[in-house]
Amino acid sequence: MTLPSDTPEGLTTADGRPLKASLEHAVRRHRLRALMLVLPLVAFLIVAFILPIGSMLWRSIDNPEVSQGLPLTSRAIADWDGQELPGEPVYAALYKDLETGYADRSIGRVASRLNYQYSGMRSTLMGSARKLGRLEGPPWKAAMISLDRDWGEHDLWRMIQREARPWTLSYYLSAIDMQYAPNGDIVEKPGYLQLHVKLFVRTLWMSMLITALCLVLAYPVAYLLATLPAGKGNLLMILVLLPFWTSLLVRTTTWIAILQQQGVLNDILVSLHVIGNDERLQMIYNKTGTIVAMTHILLPFMILPLYSVMKTIPVGYMRAARSLGAGPVTAFRRVYFPQTVAGIGAGSILVFILSIGYYITPALVGGESGRFITNLIAYHMQTSLNWGLAAAIASILLFVVIICYLVYNRLIGVDKVKLG
Amino acid sequence: MAIPSCATRGERLWAWCFRGICALIFLFLVGPLLVIIPLSFNAEPYFTFTPGMLNLQPDAFSLRWYHEFFTSEAWLSAIKNSLIIGVCSTVLATVLGTFAALGLSSRHMPFKGVFMAVLISPMIVPLIISAAAMFFFFSKMQLSQTFAGVILAHTVLGIPFVVITVTATLSGFDNTLTRAANSLGASPTRAFFKVVLPLVAPGVISGALFAFITSFDEVVVVLFIAGPEQRTIPIQMWSGIREQISPTILAVATLLVAVSVLLLATLELIRRRNERLRGMTPAE
Repeated sequence: MTLPSDTPEGLTTADGRPLKASLEHAVRRHRLRALMLVLPLVAFLIVAFILPIGSMLWRSIDNPEVSQGLPLTSRAIADWDGQELPGEPVYAALYKDLETGYADRSIGRVASRLNYQYSGMRSTLMGSARKLGRLEGPPWKAAMISLDRDWGEHDLWRMIQREARPWTLSYYLSAIDMQYAPNGDIVEKPGYLQLHVKLFVRTLWMSMLITALCLVLAYPVAYLLATLPAGKGNLLMILVLLPFWTSLLVRTTTWIAILQQQGVLNDILVSLHVIGNDERLQMIYNKTGTIVAMTHILLPFMILPLYSVMKTIPVGYMRAARSLGAGPVTAFRRVYFPQTVAGIGAGSILVFILSIGYYITPALVGGESGRFITNLIAYHMQTSLNWGLAAAIASILLFVVIICYLVYNRLIGVDKVKLG
Repeated sequence: MAIPSCATRGERLWAWCFRGICALIFLFLVGPLLVIIPLSFNAEPYFTFTPGMLNLQPDAFSLRWYHEFFTSEAWLSAIKNSLIIGVCSTVLATVLGTFAALGLSSRHMPFKGVFMAVLISPMIVPLIISAAAMFFFFSKMQLSQTFAGVILAHTVLGIPFVVITVTATLSGFDNTLTRAANSLGASPTRAFFKVVLPLVAPGVISGALFAFITSFDEVVVVLFIAGPEQRTIPIQMWSGIREQISPTILAVATLLVAVSVLLLATLELIRRRNERLRGMTPAE
């Protein structure tokens, strides 16, 4: 009988297996167990959340109408060089496509899709499809042009070639107020149709303003909460947590009750004779309403991270600074403030992310001038039914949010997110 | 923030000013919630205080709007829908989220950061985007305008809260306790129910409360994917605010403030119990 040698490879467990292998086996089992616990939820989220988001992103570039509605033409035009009018095979394909499309009535969808890009296209397509029977035979090129002179237009074929691809950038162009010119160049939309960029910019700057307001209001409160003795601090904390836990709609409703023209604040101002009864202020259904209500709603999200950072700053630091001769302002600026920067960053990014994606409050109290880009997404989904455009705007917004989130993650880390 | 006795007059003045500013900010935070409570007892169909109310005349106050709320078919069915959707999605989110949190807290979990980021993502993505995405997807799957669709959507939204709170509770969990239970002969299932679960229960319950309130308060997703059969309280309020603004909404709002006070109190109790239990487990 030989004793096991004292090198790690030589050690064995009670049942004679090498220790190292046994340990690896155990670790692998643990890892597998941990994975098995997480997998159901990940699978669930992939099906119910990640896939929908992915299909939305896909929808923002998806362009199936033309390539499905005019399949032969789409294939024939793909390698056209764009110099002269397309050749006979393309026109022959068009003839076939129109014939089938007219028979199974699928031509209408293509017609309205192309009409977005090239006005008059609807009647060109529908008219030609209807009159196909009058044609006697090849060559189709001359025959089609004789049906409708538009088939001899160079720009029209450029447009068809562009739209025949199964994906398109036109929704994104539309989301930033651009469009394809007839010759295929990317140009700005006419001024009266420019709306999206203005709303994007407004959303961004109003969110920054709301973030700044939240910061200004949250900083003193967080400081007070962090420096009070625990009992009193917890009591005041309830005043922060109560609005945090109260329904969003309730908080929006209260601001309507307070700020509207026949509301509480105007009544107070009138009864104090600050303003006359006929000059009641318009404080809601505009920018002011949105800013006030959203600052109120998002304020706890700024106070809580600031508080948790300030709680960790020892009181002694400020006293030390003062005893070393710094005035109150200098001590605050050079000693206290720099230690709270992490909290300011966390709170600001959080409030900013929440703010640019907010829909309910701007929709209820924003009126015309307080609308956000989110309201436009809802508009395109529910009213104009331009889902591709809604998806494109949502994707751009998602991109902005993800950038902010990555910065947040870099600064604080997701797993440090605290609730309440 | 006690004022030291050696403070100069200027410092004293500033300290009082600072307290005054803070008081104003607290007023801004809580005041609006307090204003609607008396307004909801208004006898007149107005959103503001009537002269009678200001003079505290008893006949200027009434329970009229509460009566309207509790006798209205639409509101009652909204309560029922909200409860069905809230309870189902909370149960789903809590079960799935708790198991995932147990896995995530294991030392051996690979790619922890990536998984965590995926599980938290429904909280980060703006609601309107989630709503749009689910609207497109669910209408393809025949799930829009069904209870199943709304419950699935709310489960997704509730999951991050459960994962975060349970992981936070587990971060202080002493793994030797499970091992001790196993070595004393408990099967893994028995050890889980007898040892692990009671200790993480506070985290699970507060996660569930978060998930429930998320569902209970959610408007955007329901607005897009629910049909008339699934009108919830928030939807009813939303259309009330948009169409015919009546003080019934203020009565509902007051009741909801009461609900949130209850929730807050429950959470506080759980937190205290948790701290007491933490004190009992051996420090690491």
